[in-house]
Amino acid sequence: MSKNKTIDWQPACSLSTLRRRAKMLAAIRAFFAARDVLEVETPLLCLGIGTDPHLDFFSIPVAGNSSRYLQTSPEFAMKRLLAAGSGSIYQICKAFRRDEAGRMHNPEFTLLEWYRVDCDLHGLMDDMEDLLRRLAEDALGQSDAIRIRYHDVFLQYTGLPPLAATRDELAACAVRHGLPEARDLCGDDRSLWLDLLFSHIIQPQLGQRGLCLVYDYPACQPSLARRNPGDARWVERVELFWRGVELANGFHELCDAEEQAARFAAERQARRICGQAVPDSDERFLAALSHGLPDCSGVAIGLDRLLMLLTAADHIEQVLAFPYAKA
Amino acid sequence: MATYSTNEFKGGLKIMMDGDPCAIIENEFVKPGKGQAFNRVKIRNLKTGRVIERTFKSGDTVEGADVVDRDMQYLYNDGETWHFMVPESFEQYGADANAVGDAKKWMKEQDVCIVTLYNDQPLSVAPPNFVNLIVTETDPGLRGDTSGGGGKPATLETGAVVRVPLFLQTGELIKVDTRNGEYVSRVKE
Repeated sequence: MSKNKTIDWQPACSLSTLRRRAKMLAAIRAFFAARDVLEVETPLLCLGIGTDPHLDFFSIPVAGNSSRYLQTSPEFAMKRLLAAGSGSIYQICKAFRRDEAGRMHNPEFTLLEWYRVDCDLHGLMDDMEDLLRRLAEDALGQSDAIRIRYHDVFLQYTGLPPLAATRDELAACAVRHGLPEARDLCGDDRSLWLDLLFSHIIQPQLGQRGLCLVYDYPACQPSLARRNPGDARWVERVELFWRGVELANGFHELCDAEEQAARFAAERQARRICGQAVPDSDERFLAALSHGLPDCSGVAIGLDRLLMLLTAADHIEQVLAFPYAKA
Repeated sequence: MATYSTNEFKGGLKIMMDGDPCAIIENEFVKPGKGQAFNRVKIRNLKTGRVIERTFKSGDTVEGADVVDRDMQYLYNDGETWHFMVPESFEQYGADANAVGDAKKWMKEQDVCIVTLYNDQPLSVAPPNFVNLIVTETDPGLRGDTSGGGGKPATLETGAVVRVPLFLQTGELIKVDTRNGEYVSRVKE
């Protein structure tokens, strides 16, 4: 009896937050049911994994001296379903990212990911806005969502064009915003400069009066988005911000198996240079792309973060029953 | 000395930065949707006391600082150096005025203080949270006044000056909170 007193077994979040989560999940399912989007499940323990150098994964030893990966996102498996003719689909699942822990991050977290067939980036943004209005209820009020290109939002908050600004201009901007270490940190890596300035200076100011959708990202940060057909310097990617928090990342999906294989090769090379683990490219996913992915757009929303905003929590642990430290 | 990855950053961790020992106050993990993650860290320079913010790339490593806090008994001051002793081992350390800082106005011989050592040299000294000190000088108060309203300055045996209630007299022993320099209560001997 007395021993139990010292073991912290209680949930971290309140029971009312548990109920708020259940209500949010029910509303998501109702939203997609009404739009004929099919709910699916795919494996968490996978044979393949993404090669993004900025995502660290958990590798789990299994029988036969081999290992499986805990998925960092359900993207590859869901695209295999799309290639097999599933039509529009969604999934609510856990995803796992090693070493991502902090106020807004838990290494194990809940994602909502969905794909709409025959849908471009603006159609996807319509979907995102509709869903968020449904889930946020009164919290969003009547405010209009802002849609702004990455180039324009970067220019607006830093005074600099993101692709054309010189390193000295980027460094001077960083110094003005209390980041004198930026020059040493970023060197000649433009993508890193953009990540640093965007995450430290711009993002905290986005979505303070309603939803903010930033789209058309620099081609040096392509992830799995297709290139803008009119201008190869940009890719058709969108991120959703609300009250300074990044909630979702979506793409008009890359369908070209050859370009996808080339991006995998580049990412694997970047991993090799940094001394990171270099997983094989996911051959099943590439084979599905070769077979043919329908024209589609897809997006993932971090549901724990969304719940934080809905309950005015300031740490992700406040919305999780059992956060990583006491799982 | 050990090195620490940004993944190990947390409040209280002592690291070297710009050649000085520093303590992490706050660590915030910052990550754009896709792309490089950063650790935005609030750090106190333990030499100067200055607090600054600094961003690291997540996964980078920094050198740890050889900084430890130890309970030590304050022995005496020889005019230049304040001498402390570790009670268990009788090891002695001398701290200069810079390291002792404001603590000197609260320390009485025999008191146990926290001495922060950097490379085995005293870097700073924290007095006990509460100390009992004798009032050596204060204006005579009104005997009947026990309300404590108003108050008056009193000089203590260590030279510190605190505000005390009007009824306190020279020669009395009082308890003081060294964190805010406020009078707490009278102490019965």
